[in-house]
Amino acid sequence: MTSHDISIMVNGVRRTGSVPARLTLADYLRERLDLTATHLACEHGVCGACTVIVDGETARACLMLTVQADGSEVTTFEGMTKNGELGPIQEGLWTKHGMQCGFCTPGFAMTISELLDENPEPTRDQIVEALGGNLCRCTGYVKIIEAVEEAVAIRGGVT
Amino acid sequence: MKPPDFDYVAPTSLDDALTALRSDNDAMVLAGGQSLIPLLAFRLAWPTLLVDLARVDQLTGIVEHDDRIVIGSMTRQRQIERDAMIASRCPLLSTCLGYVGHPQIRSRGTIGGSLAHADPAAELPAVVLALDGKVRVVGSSGERTIEAADLFNGFLTTSLRHDEILVDLELPVAPPRAGSAVVEIARRPGDFALCGAVAQVEVSNSNTVVDARLALIGVGDRPVRATAVEEAMVGGASPQEAARFAAVGLHPTDDTHASADYRLHLAEVVSKRVLTKAMENAR
Repeated sequence: MTSHDISIMVNGVRRTGSVPARLTLADYLRERLDLTATHLACEHGVCGACTVIVDGETARACLMLTVQADGSEVTTFEGMTKNGELGPIQEGLWTKHGMQCGFCTPGFAMTISELLDENPEPTRDQIVEALGGNLCRCTGYVKIIEAVEEAVAIRGGVT
Repeated sequence: MKPPDFDYVAPTSLDDALTALRSDNDAMVLAGGQSLIPLLAFRLAWPTLLVDLARVDQLTGIVEHDDRIVIGSMTRQRQIERDAMIASRCPLLSTCLGYVGHPQIRSRGTIGGSLAHADPAAELPAVVLALDGKVRVVGSSGERTIEAADLFNGFLTTSLRHDEILVDLELPVAPPRAGSAVVEIARRPGDFALCGAVAQVEVSNSNTVVDARLALIGVGDRPVRATAVEEAMVGGASPQEAARFAAVGLHPTDDTHASADYRLHLAEVVSKRVLTKAMENAR
């Protein structure tokens, strides 16, 4: 098993180490860095539970090898919390009960974060389309969509 | 669901990438990984070495010429999707990218990776086929150009040789009075389509069709040009009349998602819809 040196900025912290080529970014985050908010379900890029932000864009952490992320900046769900306080997206998900079992939630949060960065006031249709790459087997999505609308309101200062 | 063990190199020059590829008969090229990594996770691919092209700078970029655009094979799908020049000069390519997976996939997925993977339900190969694009490849025996019609050989199979790397893709720009469209029937947006169609039509000043291009996906082991439909359109048929020829020469198979008969039916449906939309966009 070959080892490869990597240096990745994760949630603002420089992480260096040596990893086997086959280690996915998702497994690296969970098993090496103990950042277990990045969840793994399908492990082949379909469900979106492992969505993280790599160099400013959402990506499936299960479809990236850690070695590919060498030199990149990665933000995980843990990186959304500043000083222990919930951000608008987390607040929206909490207030509107945008989750049931919560397994898919971190992946949704990362997708929502990219959506609101690109489009701070999305329409309902745009929200639905943007969430298309994340699967939830509990909620039926209605509460998640409402959570996004709530996050928009919180960000705009209208609660 | 974990990939098998393999070695990995990330060369910074095309020459080094070719050398690495030649060094191991079981080496594979890694582009964006959005198709290859699932294959690894399922252990359907078992390479001993991955040659990552992401750090070969010359493979990334979009260049505009008078009559054509050239896109480096490692250019990310999302970058192409967001490119204003592509949207105005090759709108079929822009439109089709909205149907490729999800944004989270397109941020990593590359145009060359999709073409080299050659999934018969993928949109990008169909667009390249419909527009008569061509790809430039380099290997141990030098450089060659492969026309789209000669590129796709079957299910996940292209005419690229093991020691060759896809360098760039060349597509003609759309003529001034052209319209294009993409139509798919899929269970969910972002899924692989049960059947889909990409089309571009060019009309004269009197609105007669002077050129029609239609490629179908999900109806065989590779994307297919519906030449009988194209000829009917240029011969003056309406989209509805022309679409009746959509099933000519198609040999879809039954699978868990749809029967062959249903796919043949869908071929006509998507052909009619895509040509109608393309005609509207051409006016």
